Amino acid sequence: MINIPEKAAEKLFLLPTVISIAITIGIFGFMLLLGLPLIIRGGHFLNLLAQSWAPGSGLYGIYPMIVGSLSIASLSLVFAFPLSLGCSVLISVVGHEVFGRFLRGVVQLMTGIPTVIYGFVGVFLLVPRIREIFQRGSGMCILSASLMLAVLISPTMILFFTDSFDHVPKSYGQAAEALGASKGQKFLYVTLPCAWRGVLTGLILAGGRALGDTLIALMLAGNAIQIPGSVLDSARTLTSHIALVFAADYESLEFKSIFACGMSLYLLATLLVLGARGLWHRNEGEK
Amino acid sequence: MNRLGEKLLIAFSWISGITLVSVVFFIVGHLIFKGIRAINLKLIFGETRPLDALLLRKQVFHGLFPAMMGTFLLVVLSVGLAAPVGLASGIYLAEYAQGKVRKIVNFFFDILATIPSIVIGLTGFSVAVFLHQHYSKQIYPCLLISSLSLSFLVLPYIIRSTQVSLESLPLNTRLTALALGGTRVQNILYVLVPQSLSGILSGLILAIGRCAEDTAVIMLTGVVATAGLPRSVLAPYEALPFYIYYISSEYSSPEELLTGYGASIILLIICMTLFLFAFIVKRRIIWQTFYHL
Repeated sequence: MINIPEKAAEKLFLLPTVISIAITIGIFGFMLLLGLPLIIRGGHFLNLLAQSWAPGSGLYGIYPMIVGSLSIASLSLVFAFPLSLGCSVLISVVGHEVFGRFLRGVVQLMTGIPTVIYGFVGVFLLVPRIREIFQRGSGMCILSASLMLAVLISPTMILFFTDSFDHVPKSYGQAAEALGASKGQKFLYVTLPCAWRGVLTGLILAGGRALGDTLIALMLAGNAIQIPGSVLDSARTLTSHIALVFAADYESLEFKSIFACGMSLYLLATLLVLGARGLWHRNEGEK
Repeated sequence: MNRLGEKLLIAFSWISGITLVSVVFFIVGHLIFKGIRAINLKLIFGETRPLDALLLRKQVFHGLFPAMMGTFLLVVLSVGLAAPVGLASGIYLAEYAQGKVRKIVNFFFDILATIPSIVIGLTGFSVAVFLHQHYSKQIYPCLLISSLSLSFLVLPYIIRSTQVSLESLPLNTRLTALALGGTRVQNILYVLVPQSLSGILSGLILAIGRCAEDTAVIMLTGVVATAGLPRSVLAPYEALPFYIYYISSEYSSPEELLTGYGASIILLIICMTLFLFAFIVKRRIIWQTFYHL
């Protein structure tokens, strides 16, 4: 008698899970279906990734956008990761009574600051400064976009880092303290190894957000279709390309190229997930 | 680690913390300093009387009211759609899924969490076009399509926060109800979920903020620069974030730019209020849970 509602409950929790997975797969299927004409014409999906963009001569390759996306996202992670690790150490490890709590509050509030506001302020505050400092171009470049993006993705990382530091059982830390470990040692040898999973999850989400963010790159990176030579060059990301070509006529091959961008972004996301999961399982094996 | 290393670690953490706080204050300060002049009733309601607008008696022209209502409806619809699905999936993942199934489900939700919002928007748009061509000519990109797309965008936040906070409960909390003869479902509903409420709610907070601020999904799925209040869920609508984006690239006069600053401040206030509201609810629920036990 008890068994029936138990089984029903399990099914009730399973159903939404299955639906969510089906749609996750469905998203890729849909883009594959709609991008097919361009892939058939280009011969191969990989060709499309390596080709340059020259609609005049019938080339709709998305290589410049891939380079743009990767450079902006990785540069923003370079800025944001140390900053976030530092902040989460200050919140969880140093644990300053007043500033630590204040910082946690600010970071939590930051998750509520809209992306478009970072973009808006970036256009009118950061871009002119970058233009003045480097005396080159319009100031809309990879550097401007990465700097703003770093601010955007920091809270994601900090909240995940601190959350996972705080979830390490208190007795572990107390054991280390009893052995005479300082706060720094406790963090480095006890908290960090135990909280690896959360740190990685934070990095995945932050990297994914940097790669997947549209507005900041769209508003601050200049959107020129070219392979950037330096961080002061303008670049177009895969995401901005989808947003910019959108207005075009949707039977054209130029429009179909946004599905190639969509698929690439999807595959990049999958790769990121695979890499992080591989790391996590190896980490688990060592324990 | 020697004493110098220890000092460096702490110094570095202080520098990071102060840098981040000053950057945020600089950004928000710039916005307020430049845009505070624009904040008045005229910015929101234009030439219409506020009461008439709020009671939906008259349309608002040249004001942000329709965009604000659009954003509000989006958040309510999307989080309303995503929360039950996300909670159920999170509970399934933490409490039922095992072995291979668990690995596969985890993998797909990691992908869902990492898919860029614009790809979800693109899919929403494609579905709308597909339905328009094959099913009904009345379906265009609209409020419903946007909400559905957005709910998928925020689903991983809710799933993960539910799962992580359930999984990180200590073993003795997990076993007490079972040892007293409680069933699995009773254990989940009366012990594990209440114990993880703060984590679950922190996920919901992230989800709410994400819905209100997202521009990429809605710019592909039905938001427009001028539409007035949406007449139904199948109509196009305005939204604050899109208005801000639109102004930043299309402004034609300093006055128009000023409304962009005004809209940014309002969006910021809305997002902060939502956040504080969620925080108050969270505190209250935690309080209630504490006193039930």
